[in-house]
Amino acid sequence: MMKVVRGFHAVAHSVKLCKPNVICAYPITPQTEIVERLAEMYANGELGSCEYITAESEFGAASILVGASATGARTFTATCSQGLALMSEVLINAAGMRLPIVLVNTNRALSAPLSIWNDHQDSMLMRDAGIIQVYVENNQEVHDMIPQAFKVAENRDVMLPFMICMDGFKLTHAYEPVDLLDQETVDAFLPPYDPPVKLTVNDPLTFGCYAPPQYYMEFRVVMQNAMMRAKKVMQDVFKEWAEATGRDWGGHVVNYHDDAEVVVVTMGSLTGLVRDVVEEMRGNGKKVGLLKLRTFRPFPVEDVRNAFKNAEKIIVFERAVSFGHEGPVAMEIKSALYGNSSPDVYSFAVGLGGRDVPRTLVEKCINNVMEGKIEPGFRFEGVKPFEEVIV
Amino acid sequence: MTYFASGHGACPGCGLPIAVKNVLEALEGKCFVANSTGCLEIISSQYDRSAWGVPYIHSLFENAAAVAAGIEAALKALGRKDEGHVVVFAGDGATADIGIGPLSGMFDRNHDVLYICLDNEAYQNTGNQQSGLTPTGSNTTTSPVGRLMPGKLGRKKDMVSIALAHGVPYVASASVAFPRDIRRKAKKAIKFEGAKYIQIHSPCVTGWGINGKDAIKVAKLAFETALYPIVEFENGELVRVRKIKSRKPVEEYLKMQKRFRHLFKHPQGKEIIEAIQKIADENAKRYGLDAEQ
Repeated sequence: MMKVVRGFHAVAHSVKLCKPNVICAYPITPQTEIVERLAEMYANGELGSCEYITAESEFGAASILVGASATGARTFTATCSQGLALMSEVLINAAGMRLPIVLVNTNRALSAPLSIWNDHQDSMLMRDAGIIQVYVENNQEVHDMIPQAFKVAENRDVMLPFMICMDGFKLTHAYEPVDLLDQETVDAFLPPYDPPVKLTVNDPLTFGCYAPPQYYMEFRVVMQNAMMRAKKVMQDVFKEWAEATGRDWGGHVVNYHDDAEVVVVTMGSLTGLVRDVVEEMRGNGKKVGLLKLRTFRPFPVEDVRNAFKNAEKIIVFERAVSFGHEGPVAMEIKSALYGNSSPDVYSFAVGLGGRDVPRTLVEKCINNVMEGKIEPGFRFEGVKPFEEVIV
Repeated sequence: MTYFASGHGACPGCGLPIAVKNVLEALEGKCFVANSTGCLEIISSQYDRSAWGVPYIHSLFENAAAVAAGIEAALKALGRKDEGHVVVFAGDGATADIGIGPLSGMFDRNHDVLYICLDNEAYQNTGNQQSGLTPTGSNTTTSPVGRLMPGKLGRKKDMVSIALAHGVPYVASASVAFPRDIRRKAKKAIKFEGAKYIQIHSPCVTGWGINGKDAIKVAKLAFETALYPIVEFENGELVRVRKIKSRKPVEEYLKMQKRFRHLFKHPQGKEIIEAIQKIADENAKRYGLDAEQ
């Protein structure tokens, strides 16, 4: 059913249809409305036998889900920014214990300075945690991603937490037409969670043992194996979703133009604007293309290599910085291409802390690269002229 | 089925296995255990050598109360509530310091969880660092005795009162010196729906500097000096205290332990011993510990 709804509604509605057993969260802007909607559903008895818990912190929320997930419950939470940072110790632990917790991160900048507005610095913090990371472009995509996330995370070849990243405010609070799923479609797609092992008195197992050096490494090897297997599982689940709903979002990456000499890479909500700019430039005969990166972990090395076969230059619009180096997405792309092809890579950090990214800025950046006006490497764009004072 | 198997790594004389075995036996193994990082976890849960015969989870240092809350919520949601009781075993540091936030949240939401604080009065797993439940004057590696400093300054945090302030239905203290009392309290606690807190005094032979064979004697002295009152609250009301027949001066307890030995020669020692005696006197008065002669 097509309805004009805000992003948080698209998330909450989809979560409900996935029939989680335990939802636990702590409110944080701009995630708050997601958990408010879920709390409202709980209050109205719309969540079946699901337990909805407001925790005393994000740390507590994630910890409650560790206990619930280990007991065999399907679990969901949402957070962002400081909340994600506070959860990080628990989420890293959950990944190690192979608990398929699904969370939505409403991407928000990190303090200091305090900012409630959007960038990707928060989720980048979790890059090495063993958590699957997918970025969505719009509210239909996040709505569709939630059942897929559960299906991937709970797949026995995977069994890892799954984090869906949606841009805070830009998506969470945006009104968009969303074709809302119905229960039958989700039920047919997503079976109930049936964990291979769980905490039960009938078969007492020890979870979260400690591993001395003679055991530890193998646990980390199998985490890496699970992540690598997730690549294939995700592709299968993406395909299955397209067949079930008729909405094909593509694979780990969506490469829109095979012929481009200059390829622009985006993640998240910036994709729509950049796509528009690229299409217009192509209309004017420019050999520019767009690559939408959907999966950030596991990093789709093969897809990236394949997509950049003909590229001479790559432009990455980043909403994060790895301070002391460059944009984290550019780093991954360079690493994926090493030894295969060697296009020049231009990494532009834009829109940090909710700074607007106007169409003119995107056009300027692409033109500067195409016309050879700037050197490859990392730079901030959209920064006001200012003088740094060292005190 | 052995609920807590032998062959674990506890030191001879350690109080923890006494506390754990008695609780698990009282619950007839019908329970889920969430354990914080610490002594108990390290001695019992090495990969491939688990001592646990009940479902057991260790997640982090400071989140056992929240993990237990999640187990309880899942059992409820999945219609498995009758399968067993949810029990936390956490050390004093995990309880009173680093994990007090999640513990307060669990109390506040009144999850049906029995929280057991195994109180050996410092971070003993890592070699006797001061915690909020370390008593006044104790010599720890982070409150060491020096020319200026006489050991830990400040008092032992009153977790029993903190638990009571949350309005949870059952709060008690106990000691490994009285295992039958531990079993009785565990059985009593699970009759209450909601959060339960039992703090069990448990000697640490290495951290306290005692002989393993004296551990129970020392634990008993903590009670007999009124430094460790054994009390029981139901729905906020003090329903029972373990009476002391003939209260002993605190020196008798202090002199048996290396962690307090400096108090008998340090320039500030006399003053600290007086302060410790005052704490004991206050405890005796507050809870009516002295038996009528």
